[in-house]
Amino acid sequence: MKLLYYPGCTLKTSAKNLEQSAFAILEALGHEVEEMGDWNCCGVASSLTDDDLMHHLAPLRNLIHVEDAGQDKVVTFCDMCYNTLKQTNLRVKEKPDDLETLNSFMDRENDYKGTVKVIHFLEFLRDEVGFDVLKKMVKNPLKGMKIMPYYGCMLLRPREVSIDDAEEPTIMKDLLTALSAEVIDNPFKIECCGSYHTIEEKNLVSNRAYRITKFAVDRGSDAIVLSCPLCRFNLDVRGKEAEKIYDNYKQIPVYYYTQLIAVALGLDPKCCGFGDHAVDPILLLKKKGVFEK
Amino acid sequence: MKKQEAIVDVNSLNLKKGDLVKEVEELCGENLFGCYQCGTCSAGCPFIEDMDLSPDEVIRYVILDRKEVLNSKTIWLCAACYTCAERCPRDINITKIMEALRQIILRKNIDRTNLTDISKEEKESIPQLAFVCLFRKNVG
Repeated sequence: MKLLYYPGCTLKTSAKNLEQSAFAILEALGHEVEEMGDWNCCGVASSLTDDDLMHHLAPLRNLIHVEDAGQDKVVTFCDMCYNTLKQTNLRVKEKPDDLETLNSFMDRENDYKGTVKVIHFLEFLRDEVGFDVLKKMVKNPLKGMKIMPYYGCMLLRPREVSIDDAEEPTIMKDLLTALSAEVIDNPFKIECCGSYHTIEEKNLVSNRAYRITKFAVDRGSDAIVLSCPLCRFNLDVRGKEAEKIYDNYKQIPVYYYTQLIAVALGLDPKCCGFGDHAVDPILLLKKKGVFEK
Repeated sequence: MKKQEAIVDVNSLNLKKGDLVKEVEELCGENLFGCYQCGTCSAGCPFIEDMDLSPDEVIRYVILDRKEVLNSKTIWLCAACYTCAERCPRDINITKIMEALRQIILRKNIDRTNLTDISKEEKESIPQLAFVCLFRKNVG
């Protein structure tokens, strides 16, 4: 059965490299992937007030379309989409009355039956592929690269939707170990990157990027690996801007986990779209001898 | 920081004496009186240094019906990272309390963000999800 995939806005615009590298990995693994038909925005931020059912409509409509496609599982690459879809999915399962209200509001859609499972691509790689399988496929081990995994918020919190332990996650550490990289731990790995404040409070987000990266660098990291397109932007671009604010500070490269897997598996580097990053990600790969081209 | 601090005339919000905590509890479904002021939320908050009131102070202000809490920077700085909610030993979802306070203002048609202030360059360079998230948080 084909794997059904929900893209979301950013994967189709400023994070095309995340999508392309994930597709390349799936192809290498022999999994067929299909983009959902007629998807809409997930809403990004899950509704936080009890009476605000309106903002569950967008994610619910997507879940309905997963059922319409005859699937019981949908995979997302974006952390925000993952979190929002999963929180709505939980809410309607816990509160059948809310589901009834939402179903009757969307009278042109089929009713949601609650059969869909929302999974993140990292979860898919861990649970359905297995990091040991990836390990066997590695052609360019990331030997000598000291990498800090950065999880951010949306993969881990609230606890009900977490893909791993909410305080001490290991999923990216396990992945990096499978790719032969050296993992640098950092207590900032689960702290917020500044999120949407990147629009109106740039310095605040630069400060976040500085704090997170500085700690990683002090512990010897060469690079950061993460999964969320907004975290990537904040740590990479706002982190680069932090160089002007803080003395003797240099931003280190930020990778999506999919890019590092693609590099390690020896897939065509074009799929990684390294040109979209503010801090050159290729330089380090060349320096460490992972990447020859 | 280019933005002016939004000043809400708390008297114009039609909140009667003692109504603030009721309104907040109704919106978020949390029991604010469960808070014993341990400060775990504030200790773990990534934005604490830029806040004028710490999250535990916000809870206290609401309980004491001090409506000036609606003018604090704190409620807008909270980016809903859920760290406080995750760690609260009294299992109070502070993230939802912050949202409730924002909603009290936003539902009076007072927006925090002026959409026309966002430049073309920002629109083209920043990931799309950041905008959706900002509008969801700061625009009613």
